[in-house]
Amino acid sequence: MVGEISDAIIRVRDITVQFGKTRVLDGLNLDVKRGEILGFVGPSGAGKSVLTRTIIGLVPKLSGRIEVFGVDLDAASASERRGVERRWGILFQQGALFSSLTVRQNIQFPVREYLNVSQRLLDEIMVAKLGMVGLRPEVADRYPSELSGGMIKRVALARALALDPELVFLDEPTSGLDPIGAGDFDELVRTLQRTLGLTVFMVTHDLDSLYTACDRIAVLGNGKIIAAGSIADMQASQHPWLRQYFHGKRARAVMG
Amino acid sequence: MVSGDPTLERIARGNGLALCAAGSWTARFAPVLERMVADAEKLSGTRPNISIDVSQVSKLDTFGAWLIERLRRSLTHGGIEAQIAGLSANYSSLVDEVRRVKAEPIVETDRLTISGMLEQIGRAVAGIGGTLIGLIDMLGAVLTAAAHVLIRPRRFRLTSTIHHLEQVCWRAVPIVVLITFLIGCIISQQGIFHFRKFGADIFVVDMLGVLVLREIGVLLVAIMVAGRSGSAYTAELGSMKMREEIDALRTMGFDPIEVLILPRMLALVLALPILAFLGAMAALYGGGLVAWLYGGVEPEAFLLRLRDAISIDHFVVGLIKAPVMAAVIGIVACVEGLAVQGSAESLGQHTTSSVVKGIFFVIVMDGVFAIFFASIGM
Repeated sequence: MVGEISDAIIRVRDITVQFGKTRVLDGLNLDVKRGEILGFVGPSGAGKSVLTRTIIGLVPKLSGRIEVFGVDLDAASASERRGVERRWGILFQQGALFSSLTVRQNIQFPVREYLNVSQRLLDEIMVAKLGMVGLRPEVADRYPSELSGGMIKRVALARALALDPELVFLDEPTSGLDPIGAGDFDELVRTLQRTLGLTVFMVTHDLDSLYTACDRIAVLGNGKIIAAGSIADMQASQHPWLRQYFHGKRARAVMG
Repeated sequence: MVSGDPTLERIARGNGLALCAAGSWTARFAPVLERMVADAEKLSGTRPNISIDVSQVSKLDTFGAWLIERLRRSLTHGGIEAQIAGLSANYSSLVDEVRRVKAEPIVETDRLTISGMLEQIGRAVAGIGGTLIGLIDMLGAVLTAAAHVLIRPRRFRLTSTIHHLEQVCWRAVPIVVLITFLIGCIISQQGIFHFRKFGADIFVVDMLGVLVLREIGVLLVAIMVAGRSGSAYTAELGSMKMREEIDALRTMGFDPIEVLILPRMLALVLALPILAFLGAMAALYGGGLVAWLYGGVEPEAFLLRLRDAISIDHFVVGLIKAPVMAAVIGIVACVEGLAVQGSAESLGQHTTSSVVKGIFFVIVMDGVFAIFFASIGM
């Protein structure tokens, strides 16, 4: 199981989440190391998004403890919590861009709220962030409804990165992208992690992402982490779901 | 210095100058950093050789890296490029990344000006014609869909109609009855209060009967329905439009008018007369109650007077108006719903204008009906 890691940026202990009578997460433990890209996989409906949303505080938990940056989120005061929230960025599955704001306003929104800087710097940082996610400055004055799916993901990532967070949560970042776009996105996450020293928590279904982008993989099943480790550990695992996942038809195609 | 406040010191080196950056150059300190960099930018051109030393920087992120890059660009003068010295390997890729940023900021185009505001007013006025055509269009489309359904009754969506009837009629009963009951009470109380001065207490029954059955009852209920169900229709259709659900229906070979709008319209046209009738009864009951308790008009006297004062015409006039008003509300709501664009703001705007226009047209219709019934002598 998951060993104790000293420099964990996220520490999840004995989390239980229940919706009505269905127990989605059942005494789950997870550590995310500083500076790593953790890929988080599991069958559809296993609760990957629920865990992400529980960590960021959108889903209430029945019991357990969550520490992010060493701060216990249940015990934290409102200002401590805001401090933590400033240090993480979240990319939602559908992008969750504000539909009534332009790309520029979307990216500048968190910066404007938290920092008192000039419009000039806001614009320059916005262009820099757009460049980092591989978009041209011309898209800045478009509205989200005028963007393609891949562009929405990129703008959402730029917004998640707007305040230079130390930790980003990516919820299925490559779903709905074409394979080339998805490959670019993996490469992008890797580059950003190197340049900005990010820690990335990535929920994904994309085997390519696991192979090319992730340092470590955690697998969710029956409400618990059933395995965590490198891609080699995953392939060596005897767990039936993992065997199917990493040795199935699609996996063989990816590994060539 | 470990991740302390950022500084930018000026140290003379020969005939040149070194700007030594230290501390934490991160987003948290962005306002301070921006001021420091703006100050240092003024040095541009004062010395032949200026370099930026970043070896003491303990933490760097995009904000800090960009500000250093901005400083470097503005210090680059007369063909001599300012150099960044002491860059650690950790941060070099970040600095390379921001170096690719094109400097010229994009100017935002739309500013609030008087001519812009006048233009908006002009467009809004010109848009009134468009609105009327849109409403007539929708009326035509709904009638066509209704004709198709009449030819092939199997295409009629009974379940959907019943569902909407439950939403707009059955679930609206409590609030409609409560409000009209209270209105009846108020009309009656005010009537008695003022008529008493002339000793004409009993005429409150005439006023109540005519007002409630002919005008206020149906108008008030129509306004409530526009606020309650018109807005719901617009929001439902609008969010379906936003998520391309309506396009999906169309590509499957269904007519959205027939599938979505006809059942809603039909439900509303059936619901409003029922609600108006219940509302009128509740208002009469409330008025009668107040007349009895406050004005001392016995229930039997009230009923007798009511029978003399009002004819069946008043009641019929009210009920004839109801379905027409329902149709107006429904058509406005559906036109607005289908006009929603991609953003949440647009959904809000169209829902608002659905209710505002719905109520406006209901009142206009009421006026038209008043003229019509007066001229045919009803």
